[in-house]
Amino acid sequence: MESVEYSPNTPLEYQSETGRLNILGFWIFLGAEIALFSTLFATYLVLVGRTAGGPGPEELFEISGVLIETFLLLTSSFTCGLAIHYMRNHSLKGVFLWIGVTLALGLGFLGFEIYEFVHYIHEGAALTTSAYWSGFFVLVGTHGAHVTMGIAWISLILIQLKQRGLTPDTTRKVFISSLYWHFLDVVWIFIFTAVYLYGMVM
Amino acid sequence: MKLDEFFVTGDPLIYGADVSIALTMIGAIFVLTYFKKWKWLWTEWLTTVDHKKLGVMYIIAAVLMLFRGGVDALLMRAQLTVPDSSFLDANHYNEIFTTHGTIMIIFMAMPFLIGLINVVVPLQIGARDVAYPFLNAVSFWTFFMGAMLFNISFVIGGSPSAGWTSYVPLAGLELSPGVGQNYYLLGLQIAGIGTLLTGINFLVTILKMRVPSMKLMQMPMFTWSSLITMVIIIFAFPVLTVALALMTFDRLFGSHFFTMMDGGMPMLWANLFWIWGHPEVYIVILPAFGMFSEIISTFARKTLFGYKAMVYSMVVIAGLSFLVWVHHFFTMGAGGAVNSFFSITTMLIAVPTGVKIFNWLFTLYKGRIRFTTAMLWSLAFIPNFVIGGVTGVMLAMAAADYQYHNTYFLVAHFHYVLISGTVYACFAGLYFWYPKMFNHRLNERLGKWSFWIFVAGFNLCFFPMYFLGLAGMPRRIYTYGIGDGWMSLNVLATFGGVLMGIGFLILVYNIYYSFRYSPRETTGDPWDARTLEWSTPAPVPHYNFAHLPEAKGHDAFWIMKEEKKQGKAPEKKPYKPIHMPSYSGVPIIMSVFFFTAGFGMVFSWHWMSILGLVGVLATMVIRSFDYDKGFYVSVEEIEETEKKTTL
Repeated sequence: MESVEYSPNTPLEYQSETGRLNILGFWIFLGAEIALFSTLFATYLVLVGRTAGGPGPEELFEISGVLIETFLLLTSSFTCGLAIHYMRNHSLKGVFLWIGVTLALGLGFLGFEIYEFVHYIHEGAALTTSAYWSGFFVLVGTHGAHVTMGIAWISLILIQLKQRGLTPDTTRKVFISSLYWHFLDVVWIFIFTAVYLYGMVM
Repeated sequence: MKLDEFFVTGDPLIYGADVSIALTMIGAIFVLTYFKKWKWLWTEWLTTVDHKKLGVMYIIAAVLMLFRGGVDALLMRAQLTVPDSSFLDANHYNEIFTTHGTIMIIFMAMPFLIGLINVVVPLQIGARDVAYPFLNAVSFWTFFMGAMLFNISFVIGGSPSAGWTSYVPLAGLELSPGVGQNYYLLGLQIAGIGTLLTGINFLVTILKMRVPSMKLMQMPMFTWSSLITMVIIIFAFPVLTVALALMTFDRLFGSHFFTMMDGGMPMLWANLFWIWGHPEVYIVILPAFGMFSEIISTFARKTLFGYKAMVYSMVVIAGLSFLVWVHHFFTMGAGGAVNSFFSITTMLIAVPTGVKIFNWLFTLYKGRIRFTTAMLWSLAFIPNFVIGGVTGVMLAMAAADYQYHNTYFLVAHFHYVLISGTVYACFAGLYFWYPKMFNHRLNERLGKWSFWIFVAGFNLCFFPMYFLGLAGMPRRIYTYGIGDGWMSLNVLATFGGVLMGIGFLILVYNIYYSFRYSPRETTGDPWDARTLEWSTPAPVPHYNFAHLPEAKGHDAFWIMKEEKKQGKAPEKKPYKPIHMPSYSGVPIIMSVFFFTAGFGMVFSWHWMSILGLVGVLATMVIRSFDYDKGFYVSVEEIEETEKKTTL
């Protein structure tokens, strides 16, 4: 069945029926993820200001940490794009290098985010403090959990790349995980705007 | 925790349930062992990724849940028959209406429809399987384990009792301190994963797996309705996922989304729940519309009237379904402007729905109608659904709703749309496609008995409720006084409920009877039907189509038959090997871990939740490293199979 001739310009990940189906399915899954994050954003936004006399975001948010997180994650999206570029050029080494950088930046982001969360909890703003902080931790935490899952998932794909090299199957997985990674970047831009910038000027 | 807190004690009904559960399990284990069927069960069913088998398992599970939900319903009717009854106490009654509603919507209606979609849609579009067969198995098993988790609540730990809508603060930790509400949250969450995956799976299947010759505007109407349903699922279910997760955080980890203190917002739950909940009722009605379209067209022996109008009206209904949610709580004080907006959007839905009703009627007009059981269910649907729909428009008027809301008028309305819409469709679809699934028809004589008794019972049960509602009887009360004057209509309703129960039992007996005595199918096309699923031989080979069929327009199989009559026999092409996916045990094992994690979270046994989640992740890793590419069915096997089948 798979005896179809593909043009040399067709990327490897599109050279199988499974590849094409899975990539389309993942785009649709990202549509569902948009619905999920939209609900979390809506929840967060209606709970803004409901601090029940406890600390508010304007007292705790610090621009420097958040800017570093933003810088790390946005750069990781760029390096993730580079990895796909090298994958299209059939350079396994390039893929390893740039995915490695992407994961390192992702870990850096996570480190700063965990530090930030711990800092807030020390300052008396935890999940249980007030509705506002519940909304904050669950929205930003869900994004963080997605980043964590992404790092674990992409690490597994790296092992498979090492075992199998660039095939229609492995490139499909790399490509789909890159879609996921870019998506998390987009969500972060909304978090940066709607949570941090809005929170600091409130 | 003490053992008598773990198991529900003190109620003879529950003890009876304990005994019957134990006996059923022992019986099942005995039968499987005695007939040496364990290996068969595992290799043929539990590990299957075949959409037809998964569909059958969905339907079996849904019928079991219909039984459970039906028993709940009859217990409620028994309690309400006479005033001041002490058959059930208040709390037990609350638990029963909660589980009745939740089970019927989430674990009966949806899986029944998804089961039929599983069996029929790939065959209708000429596909050999769905886009993601493995995920399809994950969908089924997460649904099944979610349903099991929810169902064990009544013997272990206690059932939820805050209604299927679980409004806070009633469902919050202060007013529902037991584990029951946790069962609701976790059971629905786990089943919801499966539903979302089904949504993605069938959307891609319908878009990409059709035979190349079938254009979008030539798809059978049931496939169209499934496509639109899947889109609704994809955008509605994430909202439920979030709502359930937030309440779980409130109850287990002390957050304040919906609490009464520290800034929490109880109304937020009502909004989130119904932003999912209203699209949900269209998720369970649109596939029903699709089935009625197929059945009415087949047994009126006419092409469906107004094909395009049917498609567009479903698209409009799907769009509007996301814009009406506030009509579920007009009385909660959103203000005149907001209520007016949602009142108008709600009434607008009657327009595309009316278009569909007229299209069915015009399909019947001048048709040569055959009154089979499937057709009878479809015909009964039209007037009964119109009653439900018209009273729905009455409820949609926000000002008038202040009078009707929270009474039996509402109960009558939504049972009229859900039963005469969804349940009639499930029965109609079951009778219609039964020969495709089991290679024999259900007995028509028993089918008609079951039909007339059920439909008579349904109208006797729910029509009086409109008047009970207008007479002021509130819903969700466990008893009433003799002076309220509601007894005679309640007696009538209970009588109707019993008839519905008898109708259901006759259906179940029919399944047994037909298995024993119905003649086996010889043609694969018992109804002289119109769409591609009937072009498959009997029994349907596991690869569905030896040659991919060609769709030359609406009613593709009808066109094929017409051409055959004119002597244009399709040329015989040589068979080619067919690629099929391998079976896998990973989905069921993954779902058992989901169940473990869910059960642990219900009781806040963190070691168990962590164990379950680690198990889930481990099965995902195993799947990620699995490069099994399926197998090819050889030409010899295809020849062998095709010789055995007819056609």
